[in-house]
Formats: sequence, C-alpha cells, structure tokens
Amino acid sequence: MATLKKEIFEQLNLQHIKPEDVAYDQPLFVEGLGLDSIDALELIVLLQQKYGIKLANPAEGPKIFYSIKTMAEYITAHKKQ
Amino acid sequence: MSNQRSISAYVTIKEGRVIYNNTVLFELPDAPPASFFNDLYNALHINYPKFFKMDNLCKTVFLATEILLKNISLLNKYKPGEIGIVFSNANSSLDADIRYYQSSLQAPSPAFFVYTLPNVAIGELCIRHGIKGETACFVFDIFDSVFQAWYTDTLVDDCNTKACISGWADFYDGKFEAFFYLLDLTGDKLNIQHNSENLDKIYNNPWKS
Repeated sequence: MATLKKEIFEQLNLQHIKPEDVAYDQPLFVEGLGLDSIDALELIVLLQQKYGIKLANPAEGPKIFYSIKTMAEYITAHKKQ
Repeated sequence: MSNQRSISAYVTIKEGRVIYNNTVLFELPDAPPASFFNDLYNALHINYPKFFKMDNLCKTVFLATEILLKNISLLNKYKPGEIGIVFSNANSSLDADIRYYQSSLQAPSPAFFVYTLPNVAIGELCIRHGIKGETACFVFDIFDSVFQAWYTDTLVDDCNTKACISGWADFYDGKFEAFFYLLDLTGDKLNIQHNSENLDKIYNNPWKS
C-alpha cells in the first residue's frame, strides 16, 4: 500500500499534503483528500498504466476509489498475473 | 469615456521579478518556473491546493491575480456578473498542449487535457474569485495595448461591467510573463489613465510607471 500511496501522490501531483499525513483508510474524495473528478480519471489511468486493470464498470468507481486501502484491495483482486 | 478612467492597480511578473504598483514585491531571478511559482505561492501565504494541479499558464495568471486583488474585495460592492476578465497572450495553451501530447504517447493524462485551452485560465480565476461577468481570451503575436484598452473599455461601456481584470500572460518553453491591471469604476485609483500609451509604458517599464 505504501507503493500505491506513492504512485497516487505522483500521479495526482499532490503537493499540499504530505504522504505520511494520509491514512490508508482515509477517504480520497470530498471530506478526505478533497480530490475531484479529474483526479478520478487520473486514478483510472493509474490503474491501467501501472497494473493493467481496466475499470469494467464505472459505477464501481466510488467503492474502488474510496481510499488507498480499497484501491489496493481491488488491485490485488484484479491485477493481471 | 476611456480617457476619464484610471487604473486601480497593476501587477507584472517578468524575468523573475514581481512588481505591484511600481513596487518590487518579490524577486527570484534565474529560478526555474516551478520553483518561482511555488516560492511566490508560499510568499503570498495562499491556501488553495488546486494551484498545484494547474498548468503553467494558469499558475502565471492565478498568481498575478492573487496579487492584483490581494487588498480588494470586488464582491463586496459588485455582483458577480458585473466583474469581467479580458486576457490575451501569444502562445495560447501551447505549453499544456505539448505536455498533453507527450503524455498521450503512453497514456493520455486527463489532468493535462483539461488545460489545453487558454481560456481555462479565465475559468480558474472565475472559480477562485467568484466572477461571473463578461470574459474573453485573445491570442496575439505581441501585447496589443490598443486592443486591450479598447476591449476592456467596451466591456465597461456596453456590457454592464463595473470592474475588469485585464491583461496579458504568456508561458512557453520555460519563459513566462504577466501584466494584469484592474479597472474598478468605484475603487481607489492610481494616477494612471487607462489608455494604450500607459499600458505600453507599464508593460515595458513597470517600475517606472
């Protein structure tokens, strides 16, 4: 999860907050890190680029991208071997 | 009408130097753009995380406008629809266009894509400052003071604009500059009439105006 956190910070160019201040189960959007819709697209790109995962059902997005932890669980379950 | 109006404030960002109303506000010569922008952002004590996601042109425009409006609350006296923005530059959004193209060779970046229009910079200003009035973005080879003054005056004369942020901001190939001024019908005024001659003077020699 530490690697994923680093990748998210790089992909989203997050400079206003330190990685160590973000908990793995902290919400990424709205009340959490305050990410927006463009960030959501960037996270989809990250999944495709780094892990070869194409989001099949966009409706699942809010659940998958809820936190770093939920993203990591989704990657673990769907990563191409 | 135009020769009766005066400029309320101006800011220039050029060659690593920020000048606000004839006073050097910040200097960081020879710094790369990213360092210059971040240091200026920190020096202004701004808390606006979206800044870090902006492209270089938007950062230039954003910082210039933060300085221009630092001590002025336009929304306290005008409706959002009475505040306008006229912005022009030479290289449009070319810096962001190239970055997006380069990203597209591997995986197109949505974060780069959203900045591939120069008028997005106006949108960023409108969001930041609650502006909903007339806005326009133009591309010229060089700063055209005659057009800039005329168009800004037209917004005031014909479009119910009471205050207008007007100017020039350009970023390409690591080089950047900005010259923004405020025309505020009921605000404090500098002793600088709003006309093309004075705009050229400020643009070319901001510390001598």
